[in-house]
Amino acid sequence: MANYTLWISARRDTGTGWFLGSLALIVIAVAVLNQAVPASSSLHVGAYGLTLVGKYLCYALLALAVDLIWGYCGILSLGHAAFFSLGGYAMGMYLMRQIGTRGVYGDPILPDFMVFLNYKSLPWFWHGFNHFAFALAMMMVVPAALALLFGWFAFRSRVTGVYLSIITQALTYALMLAFFRNDMGFGGNNGFTDFKDILGFDLHSDKVRVVLLVITGIVLAVSYLICRAIVSSRAGRVLRAIRDAESRTRFLGYRVATYKTWVFVISAVLAGIAGALYVPQIGIINPSEFSPINSIEVVIWVAVGGRGTLYGAAAGALLVNYAKTYFTSSIPEAWNYALGALFVLVTLFLPRGIVGLVSGRARKLKNAEPLPAQAKQQEPVSK
Amino acid sequence: MSVRKTLSLDKLTVSFDGFKALNDLTLQVDPGELRCIIGPNGAGKTTMMDVITGKTRPDSGTATFGSDLNLLSMSEPEIAQAGIGRKFQKPTVFERLTVFENLELALAGDKSFFHTLFARRTPKQDKRIYEVLEIIGLTTQHQTEAGTLAHGQKQWLEIGMLMMQEPELLLVDEPVAGMTPQEIERTAELLLSLAGEHSVVVVEHDMDFVRSIAKRVTVLHEGHVIAEGDMDKVQKDPRVIEVYLGA
Repeated sequence: MANYTLWISARRDTGTGWFLGSLALIVIAVAVLNQAVPASSSLHVGAYGLTLVGKYLCYALLALAVDLIWGYCGILSLGHAAFFSLGGYAMGMYLMRQIGTRGVYGDPILPDFMVFLNYKSLPWFWHGFNHFAFALAMMMVVPAALALLFGWFAFRSRVTGVYLSIITQALTYALMLAFFRNDMGFGGNNGFTDFKDILGFDLHSDKVRVVLLVITGIVLAVSYLICRAIVSSRAGRVLRAIRDAESRTRFLGYRVATYKTWVFVISAVLAGIAGALYVPQIGIINPSEFSPINSIEVVIWVAVGGRGTLYGAAAGALLVNYAKTYFTSSIPEAWNYALGALFVLVTLFLPRGIVGLVSGRARKLKNAEPLPAQAKQQEPVSK
Repeated sequence: MSVRKTLSLDKLTVSFDGFKALNDLTLQVDPGELRCIIGPNGAGKTTMMDVITGKTRPDSGTATFGSDLNLLSMSEPEIAQAGIGRKFQKPTVFERLTVFENLELALAGDKSFFHTLFARRTPKQDKRIYEVLEIIGLTTQHQTEAGTLAHGQKQWLEIGMLMMQEPELLLVDEPVAGMTPQEIERTAELLLSLAGEHSVVVVEHDMDFVRSIAKRVTVLHEGHVIAEGDMDKVQKDPRVIEVYLGA
């Protein structure tokens, strides 16, 4: 049985190794192809390519956040775009204030849209966002606070399954409607755009874009390792226990609502960070980011990649979004049908996603060797 | 009152839409006692367990654990932490976790999120898990996913999980349903070995099994205790005969 234990952990490490290795490879390759290869070469990756990969990595982080709660704790959130967008708006507020007098109206304090809408002074919740550290904190605190409030009420009242999913969908929809309003003080329909620089560095220079990409890659890797540590801990096993038999877990003495709330908060923070990294690279944030379809797409990425593996979620986000970029430029009207069909097919034929397909193959190969179950004596499993 | 009771239920009444699942139920369990509760379907056995473990709140009556813990004001996890373990009628183990992990999660101790996030098993806890694995006969399967176990083994695993909780009182709902005669025999041994150190309340339909383990038997009918005593006395009770053989 020792072999079995080793085999399990080896397989897990293989996934982690592959994921972190591929991630590093992608980021380094794109950075080098942008910086070291001359623009005249066909191998050169331009600003468009840089932001595209950066966007994919932000989505991968968002998928990771969703997999943490859905794959491991059975909480199907159809509203994670809300946390992503809140993180994005927090970053956007900082970037707006960085513009200063370079705006169309040249007001040193008020962003353009406020001048346009006849604001006399900065709304109270905009104060502090000229400091990067404050904005950085808010990118995490705001999603965390919303998740805590939401989780506290929903999980304590034992709202589960499809009802919970519908409420999360309503949450993001309500926020979208709120952010569309001009009098909310978040730029209404247009949101924030025309950013100039971040911490004094020009957002339009390739060097800064490369640095942002590398930072996104590092944040994704660190977040992955944090999630991996959580799901490998005893708390992670409690989460899986909750996913599979919630009331049994309660009768063992675990406070299910507290567990769900904390993991939901952690997930929301990761989603917020993803949004905050997304905005400076894409250069715009507006209320459409809150739209319900965005949250549903995240769930599809995770399902396609393989839920409950973490790396599967990230891989699914990269693959589906790459396919989306490709198809929406070649046959745009077919994309939504393709996405829907993909989801149906994966649900029917690949319940463990693409990752499940790959590791299933790997296991068949391994089974040529003695079966793990046939191995004899066991040792105490080292954690 | 000379002897301290482990569990005292006093005049419990639970009604669902006018139907009284429990009707003025009074029952006491002594420390270390093994008590069997029998009764026809709908007698209120499972509802009684639900009340004790905090799943259902009664309309009236009291439920006291130990000398002064009021179970009716506590949540399910609080009751579990206070020392009442429950095995369900349908074996519910965590199917996607290994046998070992199932027992690990049942370990007594701090069960808060931030504790389990950083918790490492102590050698003492490991030793305890291996002891229990030995007792329930699942040592060689300890790395098997619990979902792949045979029915009887799942029942034992669940009893093992109860033992890990080190509860003062174990509530065991139909432990031998669907078991082979050999498995039933082993289960009887297991439960008998638990009594003494823990109080054990067993709800069961299988009369032979009840006769083989019980010293005291309580008969429920329509949410009410109609007889209590040793098996022979209970079996001779005219009301019990009427309820079981039917009018």
